[in-house]
Amino acid sequence: MKMKKILALTCAAAMTFSLMACGGSTKETAATETTENTDTAAEAAEETEAPAEEAPAEEAPAQEEANADLSGSISMAGSTSMEKLANAVAESFMAKYPGVTVTAEFTGSSAGIEAVTAGSVDIGNSSRALKDEEKAAGVVENIVAIDGIAVVVDPANTVKDLTKDQLISIYKGEIKNWSELGGEDAPIVVVGREAGSGTRGAFEELLKIEDACAYASELDSTGAVIAKVASTPGAIGYVSLDAIDDSVVAVSLEGVEATPENIKAGNYFLSRPFVMATKGEISEQSEAVQALFEYLASDEGKEVIAGVGLINVD
Amino acid sequence: MENQQTFSIIGNRRNKSAVEKAAQGIFTLCAFIAILAVVSITVYMVINGTPALFSVGIKEILLGTSWKPTAAEPSYGILYVILTSIVGTTLAVLLGVPIGLLTAVFLAETAPKKLAAVVKPAVELLAGIPSVIYGLLGLMILNPLMYKLELALFKDSETHQFTGGANLLSAVIVLAIMILPTVINISESAIRAVPASLKSASLALGASEIQTIFKVIIPAAKSGIITAIVLGVGRAIGEAMAITLVSGSSVNMPLPFNSVRFLTTAIVAEMGYASGVHRQVLFTIGLVLFVFIMIINISLTGILKKGDKNHE
Repeated sequence: MKMKKILALTCAAAMTFSLMACGGSTKETAATETTENTDTAAEAAEETEAPAEEAPAEEAPAQEEANADLSGSISMAGSTSMEKLANAVAESFMAKYPGVTVTAEFTGSSAGIEAVTAGSVDIGNSSRALKDEEKAAGVVENIVAIDGIAVVVDPANTVKDLTKDQLISIYKGEIKNWSELGGEDAPIVVVGREAGSGTRGAFEELLKIEDACAYASELDSTGAVIAKVASTPGAIGYVSLDAIDDSVVAVSLEGVEATPENIKAGNYFLSRPFVMATKGEISEQSEAVQALFEYLASDEGKEVIAGVGLINVD
Repeated sequence: MENQQTFSIIGNRRNKSAVEKAAQGIFTLCAFIAILAVVSITVYMVINGTPALFSVGIKEILLGTSWKPTAAEPSYGILYVILTSIVGTTLAVLLGVPIGLLTAVFLAETAPKKLAAVVKPAVELLAGIPSVIYGLLGLMILNPLMYKLELALFKDSETHQFTGGANLLSAVIVLAIMILPTVINISESAIRAVPASLKSASLALGASEIQTIFKVIIPAAKSGIITAIVLGVGRAIGEAMAITLVSGSSVNMPLPFNSVRFLTTAIVAEMGYASGVHRQVLFTIGLVLFVFIMIINISLTGILKKGDKNHE
């Protein structure tokens, strides 16, 4: 009798211990599973509720089959600034077309274009427009997205427009007071991003002030830059265009306001095209590469592009 | 007697030894988890932190002053970062320890009971506040105040770069407040542990209350107070979240009104997008920090051992 009790107690203790050890993870898995289930349930409900959409619903399996049939591989190389975009596109594209493998290397724009010219990769990623001699070598410039950067100041700042030279001087630390720019007599607090940030890379590259900036603050996220600029009188910072909110004011550059329309029209200088260059027209490429460009032009692809903070091209 | 024994789980010798053995096994297992963690962290830091030292050069990293990890010709000098951590921690300790120690004296010796009942829980609460909250308060309250001071001080300066209040001084103040609970709690217990006979003897010899505190009690509690300081240093040097928000995070010489970057914030700030050698150097910074913490811990163990000997 006693024996049994002890045995039971030891067992119970051991079980409690092992349960405690894996309790956390088990719970998590269970939770995710439930959410997934609800998601599917919701989707199912939506499908049944929309009988009008039967036709596309019937088409979907056929489409899926086609997706599964498409196989092959796509290799990309090039711009480090396009790392986020390339990875996001590769991931979602491979999820849609399980038979295709997309590999991306980040070696720099020029290296990417060289690689595509030499035919060693299918797509050369470039975060600048192609040069004439590159185009002459038979490489086609396919602009898939535009990267726009806004220069922001605190709402109380009276300076609403800056020229390119003024912006360069501010970030190099040559202009230190807003009064030199026609504003109030207040020092300029230069806020930027940390080394390695894509936004910082683009900003410095476009102004040709790579590693020549005198930052008073190097913050590690877009949100932090906005918060700092909003709370510091006389601060100036740069962020992705899509990140701006009401707490800061985006200044116009050379008289051009930072809007997606102006950027698309090419009037706003703090922007750059993201090019996925191919050797020859897209129609001359492999099926998989063609599918990738179709995907980028689709609504789904545009969502992915917007998801990484870029502007879509029409 | 019979009845009682049925309720006991340890009925006879054999069962007893089984339970003891099982318990022993569980305890050993738990202890090994901690050891495993320490050993794997040490090995990991050394493996990841050393390659950059050889590929870039020990001198270039540890004694270089230019931090341009993404330039065309990158330079990875972290001297200013190391100095910032040392200077920042030292200043925070110089500021925090006197306040903490005197608070501990107050709590242990001179406080009226009612007042102590308010101060004590407040200190304990301070210890429980997450560091990011300190950082947020520093960002919202301390930085604007510091910016006003900065504007007043450097009004006519041609060369000063305005930081908007995010500077070494802000970080030091935040760190000093953060180490207060550690310093207060440990020195208070040290002071309370001083034998009452010492105090009575001092008072009986005609020394005043204040003389007794500074000449008898604090010297007697010395080893405990040093432990408190060392632990405070450890907390200050390892803190990242709070100061990343208030220090400005640019690599500069550690002067009070400069925007500075600490060892911890250097890692936090750039780990996200760093790659290649840049990433390796960040691990090297981690290794440097790890070595600092190790030195602090070893000296702490030394102090504690010495203290034990003194008691014997």
